[in-house]
Amino acid sequence: MTAQLQRHWTAVCCYDDLVPERGVAALIDCVAVAVFRTHDGALHALSNMDPFSGASVLSRGIVGDREGRPTVASPIYKQVFELATGICLDDPSVSVPTYPARVSNGVVEVCSS
Amino acid sequence: MMRTVVVAGHGMVGHRLVEALIGRDLQRQWRIVVLAEEARPAYDRVALSSYVDSWDAEALTLPPVADDRVELRLGDPCVRIDRRKRTVRTASGRRVRYDALVLATGSAPFVPPVPGHDLPGCYVYRTPEDLDAIRVAAQRAMQTTVAGRRSGVVVGGGLLGLEAAHALRQLGLSPHVVEIAPRLMPMQVDEGGGALLRRFIEGLGVRVYCGHATAAIEPDRGRMLVRLSDGTELDTDVVVFSAGVRPRDQLARDAGLPVGERGGVLVDASCRTCDDGIWAIGECAAVEGRCYGLVAPGYAMAEVVADRLLDGHATFPGADTATKLKLLGVDVASFGDAHATAEGALEVIHNDPVAGRYAKLVVSDDARTLLGGVLVGDAEAYGTLRALVGAVLPADPGALISPSGGELDAAALPAGAQVCSCHAVTVETIGTAVRDGATTVPALKACTKAGTGCGSCVPMLKKLLATHGVEQSKALCEHFTHSRAELFEIVAATRIRTFSELVAKHGTGRGCDICKPAVASILASLSGVLNPGSHILDGEQAALQDTNDHFLANLQRNGTYSVVPRVPGGEITPEKLIVLGEVARDFGLYTKITGGQRIDLFGARVEQLPAIWRRLVDAGFESGHAYGKALRTVKSCVGTDWCRYGVQDSVGLAIALELRYRGLRAPHKLKSGVSGCARECAEARSKDFGVIATETGWNLYVCGNGGFRPRHADLLVSDVDTQTLVRTIDRFLMFYVRTADRLQRTAPWLEELEGGLDHLRDVIVDDSLGICAELDTAMAAHVAGYSDEWRGVLEDPAKLARFTSFVNAPGVPDPTVEFVEERGQPTPAHRRPGQPVLIAGPTLTVVR
Repeated sequence: MTAQLQRHWTAVCCYDDLVPERGVAALIDCVAVAVFRTHDGALHALSNMDPFSGASVLSRGIVGDREGRPTVASPIYKQVFELATGICLDDPSVSVPTYPARVSNGVVEVCSS
Repeated sequence: MMRTVVVAGHGMVGHRLVEALIGRDLQRQWRIVVLAEEARPAYDRVALSSYVDSWDAEALTLPPVADDRVELRLGDPCVRIDRRKRTVRTASGRRVRYDALVLATGSAPFVPPVPGHDLPGCYVYRTPEDLDAIRVAAQRAMQTTVAGRRSGVVVGGGLLGLEAAHALRQLGLSPHVVEIAPRLMPMQVDEGGGALLRRFIEGLGVRVYCGHATAAIEPDRGRMLVRLSDGTELDTDVVVFSAGVRPRDQLARDAGLPVGERGGVLVDASCRTCDDGIWAIGECAAVEGRCYGLVAPGYAMAEVVADRLLDGHATFPGADTATKLKLLGVDVASFGDAHATAEGALEVIHNDPVAGRYAKLVVSDDARTLLGGVLVGDAEAYGTLRALVGAVLPADPGALISPSGGELDAAALPAGAQVCSCHAVTVETIGTAVRDGATTVPALKACTKAGTGCGSCVPMLKKLLATHGVEQSKALCEHFTHSRAELFEIVAATRIRTFSELVAKHGTGRGCDICKPAVASILASLSGVLNPGSHILDGEQAALQDTNDHFLANLQRNGTYSVVPRVPGGEITPEKLIVLGEVARDFGLYTKITGGQRIDLFGARVEQLPAIWRRLVDAGFESGHAYGKALRTVKSCVGTDWCRYGVQDSVGLAIALELRYRGLRAPHKLKSGVSGCARECAEARSKDFGVIATETGWNLYVCGNGGFRPRHADLLVSDVDTQTLVRTIDRFLMFYVRTADRLQRTAPWLEELEGGLDHLRDVIVDDSLGICAELDTAMAAHVAGYSDEWRGVLEDPAKLARFTSFVNAPGVPDPTVEFVEERGQPTPAHRRPGQPVLIAGPTLTVVR
């Protein structure tokens, strides 16, 4: 039997307002989260804080892929993070937190458990 | 206690000594007093002939050594040495005590003692002043009304003589060259090569008289008559002597120091005279009895003495007298034992006067070892062949020089073969550097110095990189195997207008932070032609942009942006200045003047940008593109309107250029400057394109750079009118936009451009590729299609909507952005906590 976690979903914006392969920043329980829509329609949410510079900017990075894995590059010093896991592909000892994201009635929601 | 070294002479070799000593003397053992005869600091005498292109002596100046240990006294040469007291006396009467004295007095032109050699109208070819005098004489001759063509006679048909003939031709005179040897350039080339060279030279309108001495020069009705030994008489207006040089060793002779059999201060292999406090380097020195008339051996001597002064044990290794040059457009090269003086040496010759190609290899008597060679007309193989001297030939010598012959394999070079003779860099040194991670030509240049002298070995460096398995891949990233230039051509030819289509048809995957901005830049550069009226944030293109372009502002380390409105030419009205001040005050922005003569406002949060720009656009400002890989500023001095010295309206031109090229997207940022006179207050020669006013027009310099690797811009065209200037800049920029790599500034672009500056000039001035019309059209489309990017955002609600802090809380500013006040202005607070504070003075460890 698994423990039932209390999940709390916060609305971010309309799904159609997301530009494919571009991020937006959202406030989820006072934490800045970067939300991305990739070209295939998938959603990813990860901390907006770039661990290398300490600036809250990852939502403003360029989205792409590395060997097929969707990524975002920090706009400050250009380290690349995998969207699905938050792991920095240029320095795998570093990662940023990720958050579940979904579309509900055309609205993007991010879970802050 | 510092010791004093006095350097007598500030030519290229004396200057190299100063550079080498300052660079290596980490413990500050020496102070240096340089006593220069000329009134100008050291300049590139090897490039003296280029002075005729610009008449700008500054362009020849070598980078000065700025160091408090160096005292440079111009126009005050050393005239006497007192060896007992270890002092020298200068022309002005000053005495300087020395611990070491280095004679670097160079050489003097040899003027054969023919009757009339000292007539007015006879000149030597050694300094800018000599060339100024020849120019004045040529101009005077052109103004006289005597019958017959204005002409100049050059006595001496060596390298310098042919350069002098070219200079005379540029001055409008018909040149004659008299050479006492049976062929031109007798030191470098053999009879066969000399014959072909003569055909080339005569084809350029230079009359050549070989095997004749100059018997006499006589005044003749306002002109001169030059009589040759066979009775030939030449009417002339100017005579230029370039019959070799003689070492200037008088100081040493007067001081009782021994000189070589044929002159020159006699020194041993450490470049020291018999007086252990006195050294001699460069053309005035006779190293173990032998004088060298080239700069590379002089540099080697300077390095030896610098090492010795710091208690090293370097010795002069002997010199490679190999040369490769382009003389009046003709390739000439000679290396090793070019005249087959070794016993039993064999000569293998390929001579094709029809194709204009002569090649000779000198090999050992068993035809296996290369000893030397001569190449005229096509010196492509020079780099490889010269490096092979002394090594076993990889193929039959005849095959190596036949036009259809095998391409020489760089892998066949022995480890000790010298690749770069200017800096004595061997194949082995290059190999080590490559293994240590220098995998590009610029990286090799930086860590080995190879290729930074005459540059003739650069093709060889590329081959060596290839033999080390370094693939010189031009692939942009994992998504495109193409270079940026190739992608540019694909987009231009296929008229593909989206990244998605381009990556689907010509690449793989979804792109990345390398290829997306590069393609965005290409699409923007071509938008005038492909997509007039488009905005860089239209549709899918918005997602390709780097954050700076995406928010049309410069991202700073704390996640805020800086704002730089355009201030064309740095000219601004008081009203506009007040607006900038008010905006900065009202939005709490840190304010700083930039190096490009405009004002940078820092600390704007993303959601503040539209309101800030609404105020600025209303006041008549527009985007300054400080965020883009685009034209930044055209800096200017104040010009003729105000300056007492200005000769042209530099501000007017700078504004016109800035408005013409604003918004042009390029592989990297572009900076420019316009100076109203040769004093160069706008620092135009440190810019991607810089303009300096002349009495009659403008000089255009290109591919300069400040920054990490400073580079003075090169003169592209001189004394042109404004229309020609603008057309040339148009083409220069568009050719750069079309062919450069991603994030390649113009300076490294030119360094990698095959054929360098000459090729660039061929393409954009002489239209050798037939693309100038296309370049002109592309620029015209850019100029016609320009609109202000910030106005475009303010007028489009969809674009404005992106400027929010949080998409679900647009009114909440980013809580991580904090400021503290410093010097009366806001500065980012985030870097203060935890930052170490320097309390005591830092201790510097010197790594040797």
